[in-house]
Amino acid sequence: MLIVRKVGFLAFALAFIIAACAQRIPKEALELSSENLADRQRQTRRFATTDEKALLSSSVAVLQDLGFTLEASATELGLVVAAKDLSAVEPGEIAAVVLVAAITLLGGAPVVMPWDSKQKVNVSLTTRLSGENSENTLVRVTFQRVVWNNQGKVTKTEPLNEANLYQEFFEKLSKAVFLDANEL
Amino acid sequence: MNYDRLRNQWVLLSLVISLSVWMGGCTTSKDAILASDKTQLELRSIQQRAFDLTDREKTLRTIIATLQDLGFVVNHADSTLGSVTGTKLNNYSLKMTVTIRPRGTNQLLVRANAQFNIQQVEDPEPYQQFFVALSRAMFLEAHQVD
Repeated sequence: MLIVRKVGFLAFALAFIIAACAQRIPKEALELSSENLADRQRQTRRFATTDEKALLSSSVAVLQDLGFTLEASATELGLVVAAKDLSAVEPGEIAAVVLVAAITLLGGAPVVMPWDSKQKVNVSLTTRLSGENSENTLVRVTFQRVVWNNQGKVTKTEPLNEANLYQEFFEKLSKAVFLDANEL
Repeated sequence: MNYDRLRNQWVLLSLVISLSVWMGGCTTSKDAILASDKTQLELRSIQQRAFDLTDREKTLRTIIATLQDLGFVVNHADSTLGSVTGTKLNNYSLKMTVTIRPRGTNQLLVRANAQFNIQQVEDPEPYQQFFVALSRAMFLEAHQVD
């Protein structure tokens, strides 16, 4: 009955693989952590105004300056959502693809590895009154992206936490708020 | 051909047939569209809490802030309907919709439902964690609703 044992083992292995494939939600996915607070600081700036709507409007203008298109907005809740599609090609990765292809070509069968080709960046921006007498407005912006390779397969789904990204965005927003306030 | 080998082949064949019959009897991918592992009542008790609040706009803003604190990017919000949807990308995709509805005259019912990659989230723990974060942001206690 060797064959029965073999089939039994295969069925068991198959069931195990199927069960392992169903990835479950990580325990920390919805848990507040100190990391979350650090993210909040990087993503938030305080503006000395109570005019939320003007601030939202300036923010939309900056997002447009950066090539984003508006996907949704809820002014009464202080929210704008925007997105941008762009290339995700990285010269370093292309160099590696070419190198692998060249080396494998010497062996007679060139292997062309897939490379990241495009990405979609999502951003949501919110405004909220703050301060003891609600004399300030907090602007919080969050970026994330999805990357696809040249075969159309998703290779990355990640938050964008680079500090300079947020710094640059808020520098542009500060400038825009100033320009809009002075109607330049 | 000896008898043992013939019997083994029959065993194998019957296994293959029973597997295909068993698979054939399974629900199709279309049947799964409205399926859920839990009853409507179980799901609601996991996914919703009541808060002693009446200010809809303020509550929605707190929900948006909480989602952002948890690493979500908000996709959509509607103050008339009382809904917020956001997505968290972190080598996975976690999409969540949070809605509010009045409960009696001095409470709001907050309901959340999440989708992790291609699965509905039906475990109680992630929702408990979400409501802990939301309660903290509201400085209020979340009441279990039966």
